[in-house]
Amino acid sequence: MPIDKFIKISSPVVPIAIENIDTDQIIPARFLKATSRDGFGDNLFRDWRYNNDNTPKTDFPLNDKRFSGTILVGGKNFGCGSSREHAAWAISGYGFKVVISSFFADIFKGNALNNGVLPVQVSESFLAKIFDAVKKDNKTQIVVDLENQKVTIAATGETEGFEINKYKKTCLLNGYDDIDYLLSKRVEIEAFEKK
Amino acid sequence: MGKTLFDKIWDSHVVSKIENGPNILYIDRQFIHEVTSPQAFTGIEKRGIKVFRPAQITATADHNIPTINQHLPIKEELSRIQVDTLKANCERHGITHYGLGHELNGIVHVVGPELGYTQPGMTIVCGDSHTSTHGAFGSVAFGVGTSEVEMVLASMCIMQPKPKKMRITINGELGKGVTSKDLILYILMKLTANGATGYFIEYAGSAIKNLTMEGRMTVCNMSIELGARGGLIAPDEKTFEYVKGRTFAPKGADFDKSVEKWKQLFTDADATFDVEYTFDTTDITPMLTYGTNPGMGMKITDKIPAIDTIDEAGRETYVNALEYMNFNAGESLIGKQVNYVFVGSCTNGRIEDLRALASIVKGRKKAANVFCYVVPGSKMVEKQAKAEGLDKIFEEAGVQFRQPGCSSCLAMNEDKVPRGEYCVSTSNRNFEGRQGPGARTILASPLLAGAVIVIGKITDPRELL
Repeated sequence: MPIDKFIKISSPVVPIAIENIDTDQIIPARFLKATSRDGFGDNLFRDWRYNNDNTPKTDFPLNDKRFSGTILVGGKNFGCGSSREHAAWAISGYGFKVVISSFFADIFKGNALNNGVLPVQVSESFLAKIFDAVKKDNKTQIVVDLENQKVTIAATGETEGFEINKYKKTCLLNGYDDIDYLLSKRVEIEAFEKK
Repeated sequence: MGKTLFDKIWDSHVVSKIENGPNILYIDRQFIHEVTSPQAFTGIEKRGIKVFRPAQITATADHNIPTINQHLPIKEELSRIQVDTLKANCERHGITHYGLGHELNGIVHVVGPELGYTQPGMTIVCGDSHTSTHGAFGSVAFGVGTSEVEMVLASMCIMQPKPKKMRITINGELGKGVTSKDLILYILMKLTANGATGYFIEYAGSAIKNLTMEGRMTVCNMSIELGARGGLIAPDEKTFEYVKGRTFAPKGADFDKSVEKWKQLFTDADATFDVEYTFDTTDITPMLTYGTNPGMGMKITDKIPAIDTIDEAGRETYVNALEYMNFNAGESLIGKQVNYVFVGSCTNGRIEDLRALASIVKGRKKAANVFCYVVPGSKMVEKQAKAEGLDKIFEEAGVQFRQPGCSSCLAMNEDKVPRGEYCVSTSNRNFEGRQGPGARTILASPLLAGAVIVIGKITDPRELL
């Protein structure tokens, strides 16, 4: 599907300081029964977000009024486990545009990029600085600049670069999608098949 | 310089390379199932395009299906809609589909190999992370997201950066009661749940060579639990023998020609890897997990590690995991009461797994506290088990023998473990809530599962062999 163009984002963040956040936590399997891409945001982090009686867990960051914004910050190895793209749909459906972590699982990273969600991988120390900055000021602004591949803690001016391959960057900045590109390569693919 | 097995297969499938970007990789076979494909079909239909190569795609319903009364309509509406949608999509686009009740239906990663779709040297994808299973045949096989499922429907290609290369060599012979599941849980304990992220693994060494094809599938299956893109094993005579004669494998002279090609699929002596690990089987015992990711495992005879042995950054995860599991640091799990046992999944739902289980429960009765069910990986596995009388052995022991599907591995159907209960499971993930909200999963081999069935408590299976 054509994805939204990614523009520079400055936003407060929602911090979840847990490592190895797997896709079963992001969207539990029992919510994978839809046949469209819509509505997954409602069940993002379902079992961490709600009690057994479906009342919100007030201490979970998504329910904590102190936190808001379009940037999710998670611990190391974010998105491990299942290949379910529903995890990226849930994150995007909830309204997040960026996930920051010190390490991403491969399949999740690809799924996020294919849905206009930017995975920003920073160093362990920079991730700790972001968590600290949020602790000090819940509304601290984090600036994610895709064009210049930089993430900045606005309050302190501390900044770190992040990697993204040039092709994916161009896709995100312009809202291009891979399938249009692959369809344009049809002749080359058919020639490859004949080899 | 020589090439690795992975390089040989990957490089020969690159249609073109995008500078500073991904490779356009040609996919020989795509498997699809009901959960991760509907949005991909909607996608291509919205674009007004057809499936590019329907003959290279195979579909089976597995994730969402019940494991009892499969002849009846699926009760749960959303599951039924998903299963029906897969059927309709396949019919519309001319894709072979093994739906619920079909004699070839089963878990996608069990069906592919047993029907001979999976062959050495292929590139294979599926919208399921355990696609790494097919690497056991010396193929480059990996899980993809739904956008990529759509790409392959549209073009038989995906766009992927080439992963780095890792080799894990395991030498020696596995001891009595030690299985391929223990081998991979041991590697996970050593390397952790993100130890291979960004890499494609080649498994090598005499311990791997000595495994059966099904044992190799179990090892490759859990590559993803290490974070790896996939894992593969060089094909050998055992591989060729397994593929020979299967429904969709090449036949006669074509088969012989294929074998000649497949014999070139090995890592050259002078090829190099980005990272290498070597382990010895003498250190491997029956294994089980105590935490909430597959890297949190230990030997059956060990105690849960103390917090000071855990990396500082991982301590919060570790504390949360023990709290979720209601376990204490420093305790042994032997003797712990367990009321649920699940034997099945794409990791351990094949005929050899069922035979291993039968070897323990035969002539014994399940413990009174245990509720357990065996879910074969496919209709063919079910049929074979019945032909060997395994169903009778299970029945006599008080163990339910169900119909095939993913079942309690991810509990999308009604096979859920109740909140707070422990379940010793032969599946691949012990994440929080994986087997049902609040369920506590302990991963282990079919042998250890068998020991728990008859004793009702965590038991070293070697005591019962």
